[in-house]
Amino acid sequence: MLNLFAAVAAPKMAGFAITGELLFFAALAGLAMLSAVGVVAFNNAVRSALCLVLNFFVLAGIYFTLNAEMMGITQVVVYTGAIMVLFLFVIMLLNLSAPALLQDKNDPKTAVGMTLGMVMFTLVALQVLPGLMSKTEPGAVDGYGSPVNVGRALFTGFVIPFEAVSILLLIGIVGSILLAKRRF
Amino acid sequence: MSGVPLAAYLALGLFMFMTGVVGVVIRRSPIVIFMCIELMLNAVNLTFLAFARYQFSPMVAGNSFKEGQSAMAGQMMVIFVMAVAAAEVAVGLGIIMAIFRLRDNIDIDEMNLLKG
Repeated sequence: MLNLFAAVAAPKMAGFAITGELLFFAALAGLAMLSAVGVVAFNNAVRSALCLVLNFFVLAGIYFTLNAEMMGITQVVVYTGAIMVLFLFVIMLLNLSAPALLQDKNDPKTAVGMTLGMVMFTLVALQVLPGLMSKTEPGAVDGYGSPVNVGRALFTGFVIPFEAVSILLLIGIVGSILLAKRRF
Repeated sequence: MSGVPLAAYLALGLFMFMTGVVGVVIRRSPIVIFMCIELMLNAVNLTFLAFARYQFSPMVAGNSFKEGQSAMAGQMMVIFVMAVAAAEVAVGLGIIMAIFRLRDNIDIDEMNLLKG
């Protein structure tokens, strides 16, 4: 087991220069990991939701560092603008902030779940990451994430999935209205 | 953004995905479980965009229609994941509201009507 960990750690030490970009990415990644843990760890649903908002903003920043500008903007508008507002509305309507309702009892599920998560993380990381350690230079062309190029691809090669997704969204709207209207 | 290895983005995505999985397993509030599902979807989006940026065969823009398409496929997938997530959240929160009106209590461990 020990030499497996050494095999993961060794290429990381091998020869990556500590650049400004690396430090910036490390700061963003640390913030994203902290807020992701916060979503699970907080007992109060409102605090979990606010951690998730922070996580989505940091992810949008990471998308910008990946030169996917259009995706970063969409992330802010769709996730933090629409989806999280919906979450906060439902938390408010259900009055879930009362901590008594959300207090998680001490049960063996917590320990088992965390152990399983750590084991799965280690397994997948050992399988996937070592082979990709040497890949540091991006291969995409400049401007691959600009709104012009994304829009052109969306309306030429990917127009059929695009229309299918619009039908899916329509069904989602109708379904949620039906769910909300029904009298029990 | 040279200098950051692809593996760093993948490790971050993996960590966020596993946090979401652990959250779905250990939390009992359906709202928080939905948030953890959103966390998992975002982790997958991050890996899609990282692979789209660090493409293994460099694409020449406008070289041919097929190559241009495959260069954009990662971002297209992210757009579709976002649309599906929006639809899923709308319907899922509607279901949670309906259950709350029916039972006045939304503990996920007590929803066992379908248990045989």
